Amino acid sequence: MASVHAIPSVEEEFIFTSGAKTKLLIGGGIGLAMVLIGAFLLANGSGHEAAEAAHGAAAGAAEHGEEAAHAGNWMTRIWANIWVNAVYFTGISVIGMFFISYNYLAEAGWSAVFKRIPEAMPAFLPVTFVIMLVTFFLGGHDLFHWTHEELFDPGNKLYDPIIAGKQSFLNTPFFLIRMVIYFASWYLLWRILRNLSLEEDRIGGTTNYYKSIRYGTAFLVVFAITSSTSAWDFVMSIDTHWFSTMFGWYTLASWHVSGLAVITLTVVTLREMGYLRAVNNSHLRDLGKFVFAFSIFWTYVWFAQFLLIYYANLPEEAIYYRSRFSGYGGIYQAPFFINLFLNFFFPFLVLMTRDSKMTHSILKVACWSVLIGHYFDFYTNIMPGSVGANGGFGPVEFGFILIFVCAFIWSVSSQLTKANLIPRNHPMLEESLHHDIA
Amino acid sequence: MVGVYDDDEVILHAVPKLRKAGVKISEVYSPFAIHGMDDALGHPRTRIGIAAFLFGVTGCICALTLTIWTMGIDWPMIVGGKDPISIPNYIPITFELTVLFTAFGMVTVFFITNGLGPSLVNPNMFDPRSTDNKFVMAIDLKGNRMTEAEITQQLRETGAEEVNIKQF
Repeated sequence: MASVHAIPSVEEEFIFTSGAKTKLLIGGGIGLAMVLIGAFLLANGSGHEAAEAAHGAAAGAAEHGEEAAHAGNWMTRIWANIWVNAVYFTGISVIGMFFISYNYLAEAGWSAVFKRIPEAMPAFLPVTFVIMLVTFFLGGHDLFHWTHEELFDPGNKLYDPIIAGKQSFLNTPFFLIRMVIYFASWYLLWRILRNLSLEEDRIGGTTNYYKSIRYGTAFLVVFAITSSTSAWDFVMSIDTHWFSTMFGWYTLASWHVSGLAVITLTVVTLREMGYLRAVNNSHLRDLGKFVFAFSIFWTYVWFAQFLLIYYANLPEEAIYYRSRFSGYGGIYQAPFFINLFLNFFFPFLVLMTRDSKMTHSILKVACWSVLIGHYFDFYTNIMPGSVGANGGFGPVEFGFILIFVCAFIWSVSSQLTKANLIPRNHPMLEESLHHDIA
Repeated sequence: MVGVYDDDEVILHAVPKLRKAGVKISEVYSPFAIHGMDDALGHPRTRIGIAAFLFGVTGCICALTLTIWTMGIDWPMIVGGKDPISIPNYIPITFELTVLFTAFGMVTVFFITNGLGPSLVNPNMFDPRSTDNKFVMAIDLKGNRMTEAEITQQLRETGAEEVNIKQF
């Protein structure tokens, strides 16, 4: 019953404590150390025997001889790791913007109270942009098969008619232009919405709200196209020969559910730290439903893509799943199933009941499951095509995850300190405070 | 005894007050769902979710049994070069039958538990305006210890604009 609840104060100042900063720095430092140790081990051939064995098996299967041939050195694995994390965190960041945009477009009231959290996420975009740009320049040849000029030259013995046919889209200048367009449009539109929101905190009124709806809608139009094309560019083009018309949706679904899990996790964590007292069980339940529903949606898209390829069994399509399932000595089989288990079965069963969606501990477990699961989603999408038989899961992978997580938390936390934690003059705030779904 | 209210907020606040005063309310009828009314009336939580889960599991098992038995065991068939028992092929059917069983099962359970079976007799209608613009509270005098006058007074105090007696 809405009117029975006492509404806690909406004046809350988030403090990014020096203790938290130290912890994040230590976390990042450990990550860096792990990467260095892992890289040292890889460069010196430890674990090389395993890779050799896997390589032998893959060569026996004779599936990806061409890709495996130039995936030989350990630097590729470093680049691929950076790329996996950068793509993953780019997605999570931009989903913050996506979330507030569709909430504006729907004129949704319920989410106003925790709106600052999705709003803080896209601040990480410039970081991932720089990382991706540098990675592309330094490691592009290792990651992206199509960046090799000789593939397009009919006179060369490496000439590849299939890739040459994609040259008008997959060429380095156009790729860079697209990348700049994605990040620039996402970041600038977010900057506008963010400034409008911060100004609203000071001046109140509804002018900024209506402006925000317009900019949010503009973002959705932009994102409708760029979410698909960026998924092709960042992820699908790694397996250059292969394509799937479901892929844009698939990556968006993956990004979306991970972004929602981050929002939910942040709300729950902040509540446990004593902030966001105005967020009630109904908000948590709706966030839980969001994660629940979109983990099913992701599975639906995953399965729609898989079933058609499985059923039609066309060699040029089936190779994609074949290389993940049994190729490269089967090293990607475990991530393949971990992906399905953590992203579907676990959250599906755990978040099904009504009470579980209101319980902090269960929400946290489910969100972590989704977040770890979707790391493996991008891992299984990117690694086989780039690293192939030299892939694996060791200190390098853990280290890069730690570095990116700490950097992302740092970025979000410092954004949260910049404004009142609850948008005090948001026109929908009153509705959100009384949000009650019984 | 029937109390007629004009506003959903008024009746929502009236319910806890009346219950506190010791009036047993049989049911509240309104043209639309009032948020918080279930809690206010002290209704126990619905258990239809449990029924839904059980129906879903039944549907899932039935679908898998059907497909695996017919396609894989009774008359093994190879379609599209796949094994006779290939689970990915069966998932759409399993999903559909799970949903079908759950939906039909829930509707059936809902109808049975609420006594909404097909019948030639009209259900009790306390006030036809409860389907239009009024909010109606039904109180069974037999089940209440308070007198008619006392309840009438209570209803009036909580904002009822009409109090009628109906015999069934």
